[in-house]
Amino acid sequence: MKKVSLIELFLTFMKIGAFSFGGGYAMLPILSKELTEKKGWTSDRELTDYYAIGQCTPGVIAVNVSTFVGNKLRGFLGGIVATFGMIFIPTVLLLVIAIFLTKFADNAYVKDALAGIQACVCVLIVNAVIKMWKNSVVDKSTFCLFLVSLLLCVSTWFLPFSFSPVIIVIAGALAGILIKKAKSGGKKK
Amino acid sequence: MIFFRLFYEFFKVGLFSVGGGMATIPFLQDISERLHWFSTSELSDMIAVSESTPGPIGVNMATFAGYKTAFSIFHNQFAGVLGGIVATLGLIAPAVIVIMLVLKALKKFSDNKYVNGAMYGLRAVSMALISYAGLGVMKITLLNLDAFSKSGNIADLFVFKTLILAVIIFVLQKIFKKIHPIVFIVAAAVVGIVFNFA
Repeated sequence: MKKVSLIELFLTFMKIGAFSFGGGYAMLPILSKELTEKKGWTSDRELTDYYAIGQCTPGVIAVNVSTFVGNKLRGFLGGIVATFGMIFIPTVLLLVIAIFLTKFADNAYVKDALAGIQACVCVLIVNAVIKMWKNSVVDKSTFCLFLVSLLLCVSTWFLPFSFSPVIIVIAGALAGILIKKAKSGGKKK
Repeated sequence: MIFFRLFYEFFKVGLFSVGGGMATIPFLQDISERLHWFSTSELSDMIAVSESTPGPIGVNMATFAGYKTAFSIFHNQFAGVLGGIVATLGLIAPAVIVIMLVLKALKKFSDNKYVNGAMYGLRAVSMALISYAGLGVMKITLLNLDAFSKSGNIADLFVFKTLILAVIIFVLQKIFKKIHPIVFIVAAAVVGIVFNFA
């Protein structure tokens, strides 16, 4: 693979950052299109891994994933450049809004546009899940793990208290180790 | 020096908020109560703006909060901008450092069976969390639970404008696989404005 220039890395992540509405999860379909399909810098399988690690490490997931991809392509400096590229437009935009348009979120056009974008984000996330599914849910055990985690998360809508997803993530990692161990143990016998 | 303090406080937010931007909100509430850099009503303004602009919500919140804090102390917009940048850098620093370390460790232990087992489990859980985030957006975008609980009428449960748009986008994406998701996002924003979605 041709060595990626730092400028190209910055510009690509700047584009991704400028259109990622609704947080790190909604960014996944754009990352997949841009990095896997168009540039071939990473595979969907790797993206799935980056997200899996991003869930259980400190910090904003979008930053974790940008650092990962940048670092893979151009080492330490690449990680920094990709991260700055990703946050560049959002940060500049936020500063402009903070200075001039404190009532930005109350504007009728902004609200209308956002409602439209959110409808689109629903679809993008559904498509991302469909696309990433075969890399992550590979057998019956992982399907159970997926279902239990999802039900636990959804249950927080109906419970008077909430718990951190971190607990689910850690439990998932431990369950993964145990399942793998049980499976390899079974083969030896 | 307030800028060091800003960096330090937002570094802590970045370090302890595991699992995405929304996880930063309780920590920002804590800053508001402890340091009085911004009020809780300003905090809800920040959340609204952060959600209606592109970019990770946690990063947006840090930029906004940093600006507000430095501006409230110096009453100067340049100081505010500097505060926003410092807070943003503070927030992302832990994420960048941790990922660099994780990458080093992964290279070393990529054949380790415990690491492989953990990744095998994490991928499935990660997929569940992404699905959950998707369901959360759907709940607030496609459903109108308030109106439904008041009237009990099934017709009130769905927000038909957004539902129809979502179905159309879904079908178009299946047919035209080559079209970039960004095109759909921009088109959806235009449709939202033209048909008064909010």
